[in-house]
Amino acid sequence: MHELSVCLSMLDQVRDIARERDARQVSKIIVQIGPLSGIEPALLAQAFPIASAGTVAEQAELILEHSALRVRCLECDKESETQTNNLLCPACGSNNTQLISGDELMLARVELITGAEETQTPPETTFH
Amino acid sequence: MCDTCGCNITPGNQHLVEAGGKLSHTRDGHESVEVLKNLLAENDHTAEHNRAHFDRHRVLAINLMSSPGSGKTALLEATIAALKDQLNIAVIEGDLETENDAARIRAQGVPAIQITTGTACHLDAHMVHKALHQLDLHNIDILFIENVGNLVCPASFDLGHHCNVTLLSVTEGDDKPAKYPVMFRAADVMVISKADLLAVLDDFSPDKAITHLSELANPAPSFILSASNGQGMQDWLDWLTSEVTRHKQRCAAFKTLRPAIQPEGAALHHHSTS
Repeated sequence: MHELSVCLSMLDQVRDIARERDARQVSKIIVQIGPLSGIEPALLAQAFPIASAGTVAEQAELILEHSALRVRCLECDKESETQTNNLLCPACGSNNTQLISGDELMLARVELITGAEETQTPPETTFH
Repeated sequence: MCDTCGCNITPGNQHLVEAGGKLSHTRDGHESVEVLKNLLAENDHTAEHNRAHFDRHRVLAINLMSSPGSGKTALLEATIAALKDQLNIAVIEGDLETENDAARIRAQGVPAIQITTGTACHLDAHMVHKALHQLDLHNIDILFIENVGNLVCPASFDLGHHCNVTLLSVTEGDDKPAKYPVMFRAADVMVISKADLLAVLDDFSPDKAITHLSELANPAPSFILSASNGQGMQDWLDWLTSEVTRHKQRCAAFKTLRPAIQPEGAALHHHSTS
């Protein structure tokens, strides 16, 4: 439900980065989302074309990387993969665990096209 | 929060930034920029600003979250009635429409600012910041921010508050923490509300609700109470008053408090693994 506002916020950051680097276009946006981020990846992907229309990221490909849900047990020190509504240690059952991955909502990387337009050689006109 | 020391790097995204990672080489005319910032960095920045503002005034800010109709406003009315002689309380109310809740709070004799979000399903730090311009925090001890009734979206937005109180009313089902793990993992305190109705409901077990919360590895305390008949209220009021004292001590020592689980949880991961 709130994916559109998250998407707009992400695009604000992307726009700032593109401006700082003098980029004329953004080609890729790589985002990392964990199952406990509170964001539904499919809804974020749906919001992206609407939110990016008319921006420097209009042509960008949005890549959503899904991070695994992992906890580390502070009792038995084991690291395990687990589920969103059960963060107990699967090995010893303790609830004294820490989430080490799975709630990320992170703009990981942005790929920009920075070269001046006239110096760009489109691939279809090269003969090599 | 930190964009320079690498504490945003988690086992999940490390591969993106290591030398030779799949994104470190790009074609001519392309530049790849490592960001590793929360998608809501702008919100989080304003939230920090709000928190600093609260701390300057030594105000404890509590974010109340729950489904619509769990009794957030009723809990505030009962809390204000019980504490208004000993503490100065102010409220920010979030709803899609109407001034109704702010009017209920003002009727208790305390200042209330209503934020109407229109269609937005949550409050964010910018909305709270704007509301703070209308609120004099001098001599205020507690600011309650009553979020939009919604068990999903509000959990993703830091408002600059110090702690999250999540209500679960006994008419809702004791498995709510298992169904809405993002929300209940963010709770610093769980309030099981409308406990007077337990006598007529045979399908809600407070113990089960507390077990589900514990399964989220969340050690938050729970209060079982009724704002309408007053049962269990005293423990909640005692917790609030002691938290106000603790917060004033923290502020005097130039420290603050953040909700135990923040959207910016990755920073915690670094500390847990280092």
